[in-house]
Amino acid sequence: MSEITIKDIIKPENIVYEKTSLMTDKSLSYCPGCGHGTTHRLVMEVLEELGQENDTIGVAPVGCSVLAYEFMNIDMQEAAHGRAPAVATAIKRLWPDKIVFTYQGDGDLAAIGTAETIHACNRGEKIVIVFINNGIYGMTGGQMAPTTLPGMKTSTSPYGRDVNSMGNPLKITELIAQLPGTYYVSRQAVHTPSAVRKAKKAIKKAFQNQLDDKPGLSFVEVVSNCNSGWKMEPVASNVWMEENMFPYYELGDIKLEGNLL
Amino acid sequence: MAKVRGAIDVDIEGCKGCSVCIPACPTDVILLANNVNGKGYHYAYMETPEACTGCTNCALVCPDGVITVYRIKV
Amino acid sequence: MMKQSKTNKMGELRLMKGNEAFAEAAIRAGVDGYFGYPITPQSEVIEYLMAEKPHERTGMVVLQAESEVASINMLYGGGGSGKKVMTSSSSPGISLMQEGLSYMAGGEVPCVVANVVRGGPGLGDIQPAQSDYFQSVKGGGHGDYRLPVLAPSSVQEMSDFVPIAYELAFRYRTPVLIISDGLIGQMMEKVELFDQMPRLTDEEINELYPWATNGKPKGKKRRVITSLDLDPYKLEKHNFKLQSKYKTIEAEEVRCEIIECEDADYIIIAYGSSARISQKAIQLAREEGLKVGLLRPITLWPFPKKPINELVEKGVKGILSVEMSAGQMVEDVKLAVRERTKVEHFGRYGGVIHSPEEVLEALKNQIIGD
Repeated sequence: MSEITIKDIIKPENIVYEKTSLMTDKSLSYCPGCGHGTTHRLVMEVLEELGQENDTIGVAPVGCSVLAYEFMNIDMQEAAHGRAPAVATAIKRLWPDKIVFTYQGDGDLAAIGTAETIHACNRGEKIVIVFINNGIYGMTGGQMAPTTLPGMKTSTSPYGRDVNSMGNPLKITELIAQLPGTYYVSRQAVHTPSAVRKAKKAIKKAFQNQLDDKPGLSFVEVVSNCNSGWKMEPVASNVWMEENMFPYYELGDIKLEGNLL
Repeated sequence: MAKVRGAIDVDIEGCKGCSVCIPACPTDVILLANNVNGKGYHYAYMETPEACTGCTNCALVCPDGVITVYRIKV
Repeated sequence: MMKQSKTNKMGELRLMKGNEAFAEAAIRAGVDGYFGYPITPQSEVIEYLMAEKPHERTGMVVLQAESEVASINMLYGGGGSGKKVMTSSSSPGISLMQEGLSYMAGGEVPCVVANVVRGGPGLGDIQPAQSDYFQSVKGGGHGDYRLPVLAPSSVQEMSDFVPIAYELAFRYRTPVLIISDGLIGQMMEKVELFDQMPRLTDEEINELYPWATNGKPKGKKRRVITSLDLDPYKLEKHNFKLQSKYKTIEAEEVRCEIIECEDADYIIIAYGSSARISQKAIQLAREEGLKVGLLRPITLWPFPKKPINELVEKGVKGILSVEMSAGQMVEDVKLAVRERTKVEHFGRYGGVIHSPEEVLEALKNQIIGD
């Protein structure tokens, strides 16, 4: 058997995986190891595979992913903090044949934007919401979020989240799953290959629902690390996430085809 | 069953040395280089290229999408 | 102040409330979507729209949002995608919309917002006022921006100003405010309605508005609607562009009405309901032999500085600015007049409406004087 060199393998005809063309060439502004980058890529892969690049409008939030529109090569709007579901509501109602989605963080969706989130879900707007939950406010320097775990140290809970004064972490996903207006609700992660494969399936299902004009909103939460905010190395932060976030924010489908599981 | 050989191409300047690809690899192919790229990150590279099967695990988890995966049958 | 029909045939005549005429005009102007929230004294707008079922007439979307905050953000999304969108509210609700208006000014998103002004500040009352002049003309939201502001003073104008507002909104890619008040919103007058204008098709929108985000066109660059730029030199450049736009609007879009000013010794400057009331005051004044005229700004921004300047140059002896407020527009009048003649403010406020007699009294006491 002749010796096979790397040069023999690395040829265009042998590609089995490359980054989707729906990501722009811009270098991602996210911290090394952050789940945002992975999730962006999955959403864009799904849209490319569904052939929707010319018929999609995305709405970016305020938070670390405020610059999402720099990296997603589709028509996009930058919304005010928390307002993305309202922005998306109007776009979808006025352009019902287009695919519309929001991409939001935990402060955007579950703090300042709680009303917009709940009401878009309650009305059953036929949009996709992608919700990145890393239990912290990354962009502004690591403050406590509604989804921060009890006892978790952040810059505004330096001695740990005190549930007596700040309440418990808000399980917004379980809340909106109760509303008849949500059709598909799932919670995923993107820190291991198997998690990424499951997350992509969920995101694809969400967008397919919109293509099929299913009655209601499709909501995919991605529990992610924030190694900078949590002050850990990326790999260690993923381990911490498995040990601490997942017991509280359980992965899996929460609602399928309008029925709670 | 045909055997496969794989290889990855890492966009060195885009890699941030986050290391999430390292535990993702089932055959321990990847390590961070001693060298740094233009941004000062130690980038990922195939330390044991013969062990690569082109499974794409590393590319799937890469937050920056800097890995392209190739595979051939042998 | 009746608008002439374009053809000689009279348009449909109806007796309507100001709020209702505004809503009917929205349907006829080819508005694609109305997104609003109830608040007194303008809830009739959304109620009329819901009852009319414009979706069956023109395909227009009407949605009751969960708040004014949501409403204005729905306008951001709809306007950013190239559609004609509208909301209406009253003072406290308009306060809630200031964030959205700033974002739309920065992102250059067109829309029309009507403010049926009520007494304030705070929750205030539900009676008419004109105390949102500062909020409308001087910003209201954060940052360096201006919004064109139209001030109707009749039910007819509540209807006629809708297509004018959209023309401005899309020509300049900006939100446009229509400042009404509880009096005009609630009163009933005869209105001649204009004929139905067709809504733009999706293809027409893509032709006319290549900046609109409604799906990346094949083979072309994708579009982004945003007001963010973290590079201060780029943001400054963007602001230069906005400022240049505002200079153009100031040069070309001033609208006002000048009544009986040719021989006037004294001028009243008033808009909206105050203009109607002041017209009567002028009539009373002339009956007493006083030569008084009225300058009625129709655009509050851009402010009619040139017409005021011309009157000052002609040698008017004094100007009374009449507004149902503690004195807001008067500051712009003073800026335009630059102390060349006496300028004073008169107005009842907090929801109280001044009478023509009170206006005449004020003119005599504060301007014509001792």
